[in-house]
Amino acid sequence: MKPVAFDYYRPQALSEAVALLSDMGDEATILAGGMTLGPMLNLRVARPRAVIDISRIPALKTISVQSNVVLTGAGVTQSDALRSEVIQREVPLLAMALPWVGHFQTRNRGTLGGSVAHADPSAEIPLALVTYGGAVVLQSRRGQRRVPAREFFLGALMTQRRSDEIIAALEWPRCAPNASHAFAEIAQRHGDFAIVAAACSLRLDTLDRVEELSLGVGGVEGRPIAVAVNSFLRRPAGEIAADLSEHAAANLTPMEDHSVSADYRTALTKVLVARAVSSALDVARQRRGHLQ
Amino acid sequence: MTTLHRAAGERFTLELTLNGRPRCGQAEPRMLLCDFLRHELQAFGVHVGCEHGVCGACTILVDGRAVRSCTQYASQADGAEIVTVEGLAQPGTLNEVQRAFAKHHALQCGFCTPGILCSVAHFLRETPHPDEQQIRDMLSGHICRCTGYASIVTAILEAATAMAKDA
Amino acid sequence: MVDRPLRTAAITSKRWVGAAVARKEDQALLTGQARFIDDLSPIPGLRFAAILRSPHPHARIRRIDVAQARELPGVWSIVTGKDIADLIGPVPSVVKAPLAYYPIAIDKARYVGEPVAVAVAVTRYIAEDACDLIQVEYEVLPAVSNLQSASMGEGAVIHESVGSNVISRRSFSYGNPEAAFAVADRIFEFSYSFPRYSSTPIETLGVIAQFERAPDRYTVWSNFQGPFVVQPLMANALRVPGHRLRLITPPSSGGSFGIKQAALSYIVLMAAVSRNAGVPVKWIEDRAEHLTAASASSDRLGTVAAAFTKDGELTALRFKNTANMGAHIRPPEPASLYRMHAASNGCYKVKNISIDNELVVTNSTPVGLNRGYGGPQFYFALERIMEIAARGLAIDPAELRRRNFISAGVFPYKAPAGAVFDAGDYAAALSELLRIADYDELKRRRDEARRAGRLFGIGLAAGVEPSGSNMGYVSLAQTAEDRHRSGPKSGANASAILAIDPSGQVTLRLCSCPNGQGHATVAAQIVADALGLNPDDVDVITEVDTLTSAWSIASGNYSNRFAAIVVDAVAKCAEQVADKIKLLAADALNASPEEIELHEGYARVRGQSNRGLPFRRAAARAHWDPAGLPDNSSPGIHEAVIVSPRVLASSDDNDRIASAVTFGFVVDLAAIEIDRKTGAIRVDKYASVHDVGTQLNPKVVEGQVHGGFAHGFGAALFEELAYDQQGNFLSGTFADYLCPTAAEVPNIDIGHVETRSPLNALGAKGMGDGSSMLTPAAIANAVADALGRDDISLPLTLRRVWALANGRDPIAKASSSVSAIRSVASAGSGVLTGKGEVTLSAPVEEVWRRLLDPRELAAIIPGCRGLTQDGPDSYSAQVVIGVAGVRGTYQARIELRDKRQGRSLRLVGKASGGLGFGSGSGFVSLRPEAGGRTRLEYRYEADVGGKVATVGQRMLGSVMRYLIAQFFHSLERQIRPASRPGWRTWWSRLRDGGSGG
Repeated sequence: MKPVAFDYYRPQALSEAVALLSDMGDEATILAGGMTLGPMLNLRVARPRAVIDISRIPALKTISVQSNVVLTGAGVTQSDALRSEVIQREVPLLAMALPWVGHFQTRNRGTLGGSVAHADPSAEIPLALVTYGGAVVLQSRRGQRRVPAREFFLGALMTQRRSDEIIAALEWPRCAPNASHAFAEIAQRHGDFAIVAAACSLRLDTLDRVEELSLGVGGVEGRPIAVAVNSFLRRPAGEIAADLSEHAAANLTPMEDHSVSADYRTALTKVLVARAVSSALDVARQRRGHLQ
Repeated sequence: MTTLHRAAGERFTLELTLNGRPRCGQAEPRMLLCDFLRHELQAFGVHVGCEHGVCGACTILVDGRAVRSCTQYASQADGAEIVTVEGLAQPGTLNEVQRAFAKHHALQCGFCTPGILCSVAHFLRETPHPDEQQIRDMLSGHICRCTGYASIVTAILEAATAMAKDA
Repeated sequence: MVDRPLRTAAITSKRWVGAAVARKEDQALLTGQARFIDDLSPIPGLRFAAILRSPHPHARIRRIDVAQARELPGVWSIVTGKDIADLIGPVPSVVKAPLAYYPIAIDKARYVGEPVAVAVAVTRYIAEDACDLIQVEYEVLPAVSNLQSASMGEGAVIHESVGSNVISRRSFSYGNPEAAFAVADRIFEFSYSFPRYSSTPIETLGVIAQFERAPDRYTVWSNFQGPFVVQPLMANALRVPGHRLRLITPPSSGGSFGIKQAALSYIVLMAAVSRNAGVPVKWIEDRAEHLTAASASSDRLGTVAAAFTKDGELTALRFKNTANMGAHIRPPEPASLYRMHAASNGCYKVKNISIDNELVVTNSTPVGLNRGYGGPQFYFALERIMEIAARGLAIDPAELRRRNFISAGVFPYKAPAGAVFDAGDYAAALSELLRIADYDELKRRRDEARRAGRLFGIGLAAGVEPSGSNMGYVSLAQTAEDRHRSGPKSGANASAILAIDPSGQVTLRLCSCPNGQGHATVAAQIVADALGLNPDDVDVITEVDTLTSAWSIASGNYSNRFAAIVVDAVAKCAEQVADKIKLLAADALNASPEEIELHEGYARVRGQSNRGLPFRRAAARAHWDPAGLPDNSSPGIHEAVIVSPRVLASSDDNDRIASAVTFGFVVDLAAIEIDRKTGAIRVDKYASVHDVGTQLNPKVVEGQVHGGFAHGFGAALFEELAYDQQGNFLSGTFADYLCPTAAEVPNIDIGHVETRSPLNALGAKGMGDGSSMLTPAAIANAVADALGRDDISLPLTLRRVWALANGRDPIAKASSSVSAIRSVASAGSGVLTGKGEVTLSAPVEEVWRRLLDPRELAAIIPGCRGLTQDGPDSYSAQVVIGVAGVRGTYQARIELRDKRQGRSLRLVGKASGGLGFGSGSGFVSLRPEAGGRTRLEYRYEADVGGKVATVGQRMLGSVMRYLIAQFFHSLERQIRPASRPGWRTWWSRLRDGGSGG
């Protein structure tokens, strides 16, 4: 199980990486942590002519807070993100999702950008990004563009990234100070890709009504889905969990594979959405109890 | 341009630090890091179990972090500080974790063990007082087919306690 | 923290046997110094082999073009099956059907992963490159994947020479089962299927093979584990006398659990390749090869019936077994079906048993040894029916078992089918289990949980653990007449050689091929006791070399034979050496040998601590002063002992055989709770009690118990080597084949009772299979108890348990209204189906015209690199499909059928490329819509095989859906190039407009 012969490039700056990719396009593939690409190379399902290793580009490893977003460089490892106080404070849903990503050993090398680029329908980081309504920053020789995460993912393993573009950063809206978050997932084994995962962020008003709400579901369709939840705004928080889970299940068209049927994915959607929403509500109420 | 380029099939000399000593060997761009360590640098304690990043047998420490060496390429490792199972204790001796593994029979065939020991080295540095849940969570990145894990968990718990006392 | 060296036996003890001595093996293993097969370069000039394997489950090989591969720089040789067909004969089998097993396909491939050609190059990397360049022209044949239909004689014939996929049928009857069933008060029956899985050692198979001339001979290094009964078969296949095939095993082996028996195929293959290529060859199996094509437990279909009196006496059992052998019968198969045969009564005193056995071949990897070997399948039948009967009879399952146990006072007990159980007290073990599990409390909690509407269940499983197999049992696959013709087979030779060198150092040599079980430690404990030494003073060599070791056909590591037989050879050999040392010491000390004791490194006159000499000096005399030795002594110290238990006679004419020497006992209890909403199983309690006779090293015993449980637990919940209905293999990586990790395997409670075996010097019984045989049944029983239903099949994945708990079909089947892409027929059927509809901005006539215009099609088909029309309504195309860095070029042929002008048509096509192949059909219909637009509806069915199916199963449906969406997107773009809609809006329209298609 050895890869095909490839040219190896290791640029030191993003501009160099972009230039290389622009020249080679489809023939080249970007290597960051290698947690997904490595197996695909070794199995020879990925057979690139060239590999562009972006793991030593300092600019891709930064986490920075801007006015209302947090920018994480594509090369930030999952374990660095997990250890980051900025992420814990400003992007708590990502912090909650990260322990579900692979294992201790893979998070030490796997990157935020790599997971988004690969676009596994069950992956946790894309789900967090979609739920938050974050964006993907793409860099090419033509310049930079910013694609909202909810549009970036097209289907399993397919994204809006063009073959000459590199994911430079992920953009995470800073979380409102009084927002609550929860992440729930079921996988066959610990650390496996989720069968279904649900992520929820919400904020309640002083009357215990839903003021802000976002709900994401992963693993059910070919890409993570932000469920449309406008009809739940302003509703009393006490009654939404069950309704939201039915609503989410009714609005998703589940995939099916040889080991997991569509009806099971639908059933899990209900369970996990209810779990995520309930625990986000619990946190919200605890927080308010704390403040009062 | 400061881009490093190595052409497909090109043999090059790779230099890095292995278990505290500068080492070099011949590689080509696609060579798996585990293959380089084993067959160029004779670090046969690096075991290869799946070559797709799941079983954990090839886990080593790169710049202090426990990572798979089968999904990295030798090309990526210029100048890296690498520690393999051979470098976890002074030659001829065992460290606290290794000793606890022996005491509790936390290994049988021993093929997955070097990777686990490397993971534990990094893990205990970050989590010096782990509970069983945390240990099992960390261990879930390794597949052991012999022990059923119980003795490994016991050994790590005991070693952590002993090391915390020593510290 | 101070680093200290490991001392195996830092404590002194009166007796080492029975002590939890730390293992001799560990210092090397813990420091990376142990050497495994891939660490060895035993000879210079090694080249590296990679194997090109069939992507098809069943295909005739029309032509192999190796020209391009041969020209690749670094390639030494490309060897096909035909190239070595004259160097190898078929590997013989006890099954007398005319089917020939070769380790490489000669003219036909019969399973996904069957070797087709071997590339030999200066590196493994280049060898794999060469495999990519070998062009094989296959004639794809229909595959037989379903065991049920194969058993019914349906489908293509895999071995034409046999004419049927049912290779043999044998029926057995012991006692009078017909009569017992006729008068039974109650009869319970249970039909089941048992999955195929593998213990997947973390070290894969490896072979280094060298052919030399004058005389023609092969030397092979391999982590083969035995049984060495296949060594003569391998030599036979290689057409050399036995001693011209020298087998050497490496110092360490990274687990096996039976699986590395399968190295035999590659030993023969690489030996022949080495001869053909003229270089020594090293081949290390990779994980994808291992999962796809190494070996597996035999999957099985079965029906078991049990006859009972109304008060719960089991009076008769009837088994019908259909065992899947895979595509070939590879020795020692069909042993998996016969290993438990002689003990078909389990641990019960039932006298009347009938057994119908059927061996079937399918287009799947040949099966072989795997932990428990035949036990998990057998106990799934027997212990499930005991649980079902208990419920039917309204007798507590523990009590029902107790009533039927063989009583403690009747050992040795001759079982109806010939097994002789050496010792046991099953009731005592059950009592211990119920005590440590707190059975009454569990039942109380179960009642409480049920009152609260929760799904809580308790399951038991009990069984004997046959150890130290009789080499004759496999021949039960033959009729008594055939057995007479081929001559009697019996026994289970085991050897030990103990030598003391001129400096008095002790070395023991074994042929037990350990793969991590700690044989060296335990053997050193035994020798240390006999010689009055510390186990650290005894070196143990476990590498087997068939030219220099005292091996025999039973050598190797299987059927728990170490503690059952090998230790007896060690103990006897050590006693012989002790006697000799005593003789030498007595002479030197002017005492009689009877007065000499060996203790703490000295030979002393008993009771006189000042009259003694160091052990080493006493021993060294045999080397340094042979002329001065006492008359009744011989020079040197090099003792060999070979034992074979007398009880292991050959089979009788009534198909009875004492199949194993010791019969340990295992009884397990599982208490589980199921989350009805998710199907998750939480293990509330798992307890296991073992009778292994004397525990030679309690820590080693404990390790084996935990490990056996973990394998049984994996089989119960996670593991399956899955094939689809077309014979494509679906579990090609460790992300698809799910081994339990530390996060899944629960803690268990272990108990012991000890009845010593009278059949070896130490009273030990074999152990190691242990709970791997019982845990699948115990957990299935607990799940059945929780759900109140009996149709439990394994593995109990989340989806399956959820379906069982919610009244859904446990075999994954889609509700077609919800799913756009679904696998029909059954889980793992592998057929992708889907449907959808889309509105296009052109009238029907235009859409129709474009769909039928080759130039237009070329522009519309995603990744199309040229499309040619071969005839009316038939096209061929080259298509590049790239998804997430996975780019492959595929040759496609498409035919248009059932054309109804402007209304509908059917597309039928096939495609193949480096990453896989597929065939499918689609139905497209058009109807006009307002505004000059067209409503297009489609549905399709596709079947995908090859590498993408093996490693990418989870994604295939989604990718297919995406590619179809892309097709219509391009079609729309062709139609309206000027005002082409943004991809995003178009995409969402397609998504929302269709039923998800």
